[in-house]
Amino acid sequence: MRNLFIEEAAKIMNIIRYQDPELSAWSSFDRLSQLREEMNRLLDGSLAGYAGSAGLFSGWTPALDITQDKDNVFVKVELPGLKKEDIDISLHDGMLTIAGERKQEKKVGEGETFREERYFGRFHRTVTLPTQVDAGKVKASYRDGILEIELPKAEEAKPKQIEVNVS
Amino acid sequence: MSQLAKPTERTATETKARPSTFAVPRATIREEKESYLLELEMPGVRKDGLEITVENNELTVIGRRSDSELKGEAVYRESRPLDYRRVFDLDPSIDVGKISAKMDQGIVTLTLPKAESVKPRKIVVGD
Repeated sequence: MRNLFIEEAAKIMNIIRYQDPELSAWSSFDRLSQLREEMNRLLDGSLAGYAGSAGLFSGWTPALDITQDKDNVFVKVELPGLKKEDIDISLHDGMLTIAGERKQEKKVGEGETFREERYFGRFHRTVTLPTQVDAGKVKASYRDGILEIELPKAEEAKPKQIEVNVS
Repeated sequence: MSQLAKPTERTATETKARPSTFAVPRATIREEKESYLLELEMPGVRKDGLEITVENNELTVIGRRSDSELKGEAVYRESRPLDYRRVFDLDPSIDVGKISAKMDQGIVTLTLPKAESVKPRKIVVGD
């Protein structure tokens, strides 16, 4: 499953650090938040929930991009082949969580799969947003297997121009 | 499972030899009773960005992304702005004229029907 991407691509992408997103069980970016969550869950004593969830080493990690302009933060996640209703997005304390499940439509007993590179099952990603956002105005769309979330920046987080009157 | 009766992928060296900047989409190949099913993950590709060609029993699937340009400036990036390409060798038992494709939420599903002659046939025993 390694080297699914052609090497030349790596050169282009050198500007921005890249890890094969689906191969790393948890990328360093959301490691802390995920770890914190795992710890909380452990401390809660709800071990049953812990075992069955997208834990530290299970599940798959879809590629995620964060961009921003003056007014918005955009989060884009590559999620081919999901159903809209199987994607959950939540925002809490400046952290955005995208979770969901890719269900395998398998007709049991019919046919034979002899190559399977796709990931199925649950995924879970938590990222810390670069600025404060207005949680009430978040919009999301899902098309062509891409989830796009638009998060308007909170007024206090927007860059402001201060006019100085020189007298 | 017979080695011949399936679309086989080109070896890695063959694919890598050509200097291009394509990403290799993840694939699933299934054999059904009457056809083979090939699924490819191409997030960001619309129906009109697909190019599927068959030549000399070689199936080439190219997917051109329609979402390459970023909104604003990148803060953090994992995705690659690359089009997709993958080549499969087709078994002669596939009825090339009847290959069909559909695209749904970034997944290309190709149905490669088996030629009549290789389909399992039920033979009714007469009296």
